[in-house]
Order: sequence, then structure tokens, then C-alpha cells
Amino acid sequence: MKRLHELIAPVALVLGTALLGLVVSSALQTYFLDTLIKVAIVVALYVFIGNSGVLSFGHISFVALGVWTAGVLTVPVDQKNAIMPGLAHFLLHANVGNVPSLLLAAVAGLVFAFVAGLPLMRLSGLAAGIATFGVLEIVNNVLRYYDKIGPGLNAFSSVPQTTGIWQAAIGALICIGVAFAYQRSRFGRQLRATREDPAAASAAGISIYRQRLLAFAVSGALAGLAGGLYVHLLPVEIDSLYLDVTFLTLAMLVVGGSGSLLGAVVGALAIGGLDSFLSAAENGVDLFGWHLNLPTGTAVLAVGALMALVLIVRPSGLTGGREFSLAWMRR
Amino acid sequence: MSVSWQTLADALSLGGIYALMAVGIGLVFGVLRLVNFAYGQLIMAGAYAVAYASVWGWPSWAGILLCFAVVLALTMLMDRIVFRPLRTQSPAVMLVATFAVAFLMQSIAVLAFGQLGTIASSMGPLNQPWDIGGVQIRKIAIVSVVVAAICLALLQLLLTRTSVGLHMRAASMDFRTARLLGVRANRVIGGAVLISGLLAAVSAVMLTARDPQVTPIFALDDTIIVLAGVVLGGLTRPITATLGGFTIGFASGLLGGALPTNQSQYLPTFLFAAVILVLLVRPNGLFARAGGSAERL
Repeated sequence: MKRLHELIAPVALVLGTALLGLVVSSALQTYFLDTLIKVAIVVALYVFIGNSGVLSFGHISFVALGVWTAGVLTVPVDQKNAIMPGLAHFLLHANVGNVPSLLLAAVAGLVFAFVAGLPLMRLSGLAAGIATFGVLEIVNNVLRYYDKIGPGLNAFSSVPQTTGIWQAAIGALICIGVAFAYQRSRFGRQLRATREDPAAASAAGISIYRQRLLAFAVSGALAGLAGGLYVHLLPVEIDSLYLDVTFLTLAMLVVGGSGSLLGAVVGALAIGGLDSFLSAAENGVDLFGWHLNLPTGTAVLAVGALMALVLIVRPSGLTGGREFSLAWMRR
Repeated sequence: MSVSWQTLADALSLGGIYALMAVGIGLVFGVLRLVNFAYGQLIMAGAYAVAYASVWGWPSWAGILLCFAVVLALTMLMDRIVFRPLRTQSPAVMLVATFAVAFLMQSIAVLAFGQLGTIASSMGPLNQPWDIGGVQIRKIAIVSVVVAAICLALLQLLLTRTSVGLHMRAASMDFRTARLLGVRANRVIGGAVLISGLLAAVSAVMLTARDPQVTPIFALDDTIIVLAGVVLGGLTRPITATLGGFTIGFASGLLGGALPTNQSQYLPTFLFAAVILVLLVRPNGLFARAGGSAERL
């Protein structure tokens, strides 16, 4: 495959983050893990939004579905009744290991995104935005209240916490690899052509509907995988995967530059880093002998302000939608 | 499933308030091609103005005045520092920018006023029931239907009988051609933004009377539903957006009152499933004229 060098910067950034996460204290490590999972989510978003140019507010529902799949299948059987008292019978005895649960989370994301995309990808523009938003609303609403299939409003506790630095980094790298392979494939190129000029692309024989559907399904799988990684990191409340996360991940994509894979990774790491630091500071943090204690809400405030600022000053994002190039280094 | 008069009145009044919000969002979309996700936070700010005026012991008319002042000032500020620099950007960038502004304002509210919220007790009398021919109906339901009808009638007069209204309608059909024919861009946009701010202030007062508990996420759910309603109705003309807003408000009020309690928690599911279905059949909107081209994003 040509242009493999474009992968250097995203991979190096993820590995660097992982190595940094290995040397810090275990309290801080959670933030690095969280940021690596955000990288996976944002790359999943990028596969659809970046390549198609269509906004989707529904991807966090695929993450929630991944959380649910991996979570409900890995809670130890003897504890299922305690955490999920209303659970349906067929889920009560199902139990799989770490890696199969992650794979199943990805499959769940893939299947759900494909089925949801079958009708939705016929829409474009605002209608598509609102319809994908509807998917988010519905999934959130059902997972929150339907206690026959999950913990409802409770957290997914007792899920084995197998997501360490390496698992999170490998997950993010898998997402980056899939996203790269997709965007270099003929399907990815065809979708990018429809983004630039839908009329010319259809005239050249490209089915906008099919290409968008394929990208939606692929990005759904990656989002599901990210969800699986997330539930193995900490006891997730499914209810929390809603507007705030949608906003944060979209902000990461837009701030980094939604036109390139590098933009997705840079945006996720930059805002993830800032958000983690400020969130830590909300609980009080010691920095170079200073004790910093910020009021709750500062992190969202700073992220919102940064996002608005980047959009006004540099609408195409920090990377300007370009991939990493070796020419940058020769200059 | 039985529908009481109170449910019907509530549904009508929710439809009326949502229609006002919808036309506020629709007018700005018409001239700027911008979907303002931060509209709900303007209403939230107005609601805080009413609540704090009531905490300070101001009379309710002073609270309403403060609400209008705060909302209009914030609307103008938002237009100045966010919309104006982004006017030439794609609708997607502008939508995400208003997303950012919305969360910015919400987190400012959390920092300034706290998570728990404030009670706007000055609006309490409006929640007392009126006895109409043996049927008890809350005053606010009737007041908001009447206020919404008056506002929409005034707006219709403004849009059809004045030159500013004519310019606004021309601009929302084709901004460039309208400018070439002598419509002043800044005046038209300023007018649309101002009216949308006024409607936000009216909605803020009505919503605060319905639900006096003002929190940083006040009106957030309402805005999401109204946005769906606006797209459902169609953004091509103010009237289609208004009808969309009314329809979704009425439907959600009716469903909320009529569903049995063990199903009413799934109200968003029913509502958004219906929205998706309608959009699949009529992507340009329920009330849009046939033959118009869909908005691209």
C-alpha cells in the first residue's frame, strides 16, 4: 500500500501517549486510558463524517451499544442478578472472555449501524443530522429504562477491568489502521469524491447511498469496539453516553480537522489532554508545587471556548484537514 | 388511554410555545442558513433572569423585563461574536459552532448558578387552575396559547405587510439575489436575529411559568425536540417551521399526558421514531411544497 508514511504521525502520537501513560501514577493513568479510548471514538466518527462530509450525531449510540454488549456478556454470572435484577433469561447465563466480548461489541456496532443506516443513509443535510440524533435519543432512552436487558440507570459494575494501557493503545491503533485502510481503498476514495462533488460523483457511476452506508457500518463497528474497551476500563453508566460525549467527540474531530485521519487523532489527543488536565484540576491537583483546585464545570467551559475559538479562527481545524507528510520534515 | 381536558390544554400550550421557538430558529435559518443549537441556552438565561428577579423580590413584570433585556443582549452578542465571523462557513461548521456556544453557556450557568437550580416563584399564580364550565385548566395553558397566537399573528403581519418583512422573506428565498436587488444584508440579518431573540424571551417566560425549577439544562430537552420539529416541518419557509414546531409540541404534550405511566418514560423513543419515519417519507419536511431541493449539509 502506498503512502503508508501518512500513518507515521498518528501511530507515533498514540504510542507516545501510551508510553507516557505507563510512567505516570496509577491515578493519572485513568486519564491516559480515557484519552486513548476517545482517540478510538473520534477515529470512528472520522471514518463516516470525515469521508462523507455528512454530520452524524448518532455515533455515541453505537459506543453505548458496544458498552452494553461487552458489559452484559462479561459480568460474572453469579453477580448478574445483583446488578441487573430484571435481566431477561437468555442473558442471565451468557458469559464470554475479554477479547470475544470486544469483538462482539464491534459486531454489535457494525450490525446496528448497518440496520440503522439502511433507511437513514437515504437522507442528507439537516434531515440526516436530525435523524441520526433521533437514533441517539432512542438508544439512550431504551438502554436507560429497559431493565430487562441491562442495568438501566445503574453503572455497569463488576465488569472485569481488563483495559490497561496496552489494550487501549492496541484498540486505538486498530481503529486507526482500519480507518486508514478504508480511506485508501476504492470505497473510501469513492465516498470522498461524493463529499467533494455529489453531482459529479453520481454522474461517474458512484452510488452515494451505498458508499455512505458502508462507511456508516465500518465506523459503527469501530465505535462499538471503543465502547467495549470503555466498559472494560471503568463501571460505565450507559446513561452518561449522551449529549456531553457527543459534543466532546465532535469537538475533538472539528478542532483537529475533520478532513484527515491525523486531524482526528490530533484533535482527540489535544482536547482529551486539556479536558483530562482540567477535570483532574477540578478534584484538586498539585502542579510544580502549586495546588490547583478549579470549580466544577471549568473543563466543559474551556473545551467549549477552545472549540468556538478554533472554529472562528481556523474553521478547517488544527491540521487543516491534511495528512502527515514527510515533506514537513525535510523543510 | 384517555385524554382529559387538562391534557389537551397542556398539549395545545406546549404546541404554542414550541411554535414560537420553532419560528425563532426558522427565521435565523432563513437568512443565515444557520441552525442555532444554542437557542435553548438563550431561553435558559432568560429563565434565570426571571428566577433571580423573583428571589430578589422584584415584581413579576420587572422579572419579565429583565428576562427580555438579558435574552436580547445575549442574542445580539452571539450574533456579533459567533455568527458574523462564521457567516461564510458551511452550515455544518456553523451548526457545530452553535453546539460549542450552547455548551459554553451551559457550563457558565453551572459555574455561576450551580447545578441545583433556582425556583422562579413569582410565576406561581399562573399555575393555579381556572374553572371553566366545571373543567379545571391551569391558567398558564390558556395564557401561553393566547400569547403564542398573538405573537404569531404579529409576526405574520410583520412578514407580509412591512418592507422589512418583505426583505426578510426575499433574503430567505435567495440571499444573493435579494442583495443584488437592494436588500441590506446586515439590516435583514439583524432584524431576524432580533425577532428570534424576542421570541426566545417570550418562550423563556412561558416555560418558566410551566416549570419554575430553573437549572443549567433548562429548555435543553425542549430545544432538541423543537429542532426535530423544525426539520420535520421543513425549513424552507417560516410557516412550515412554525407548523412543525406546533405539531411536535402538541404530539409530545398529548403523548406525555395520555401514555400510561410505565410507558411515558419511553416518550422520546416514540417521538423520535415518528420523526425519523416522517423524514424518510418527506425529507424536505412535512409541510414543504413539492419540488423544492433538499438542504445539503
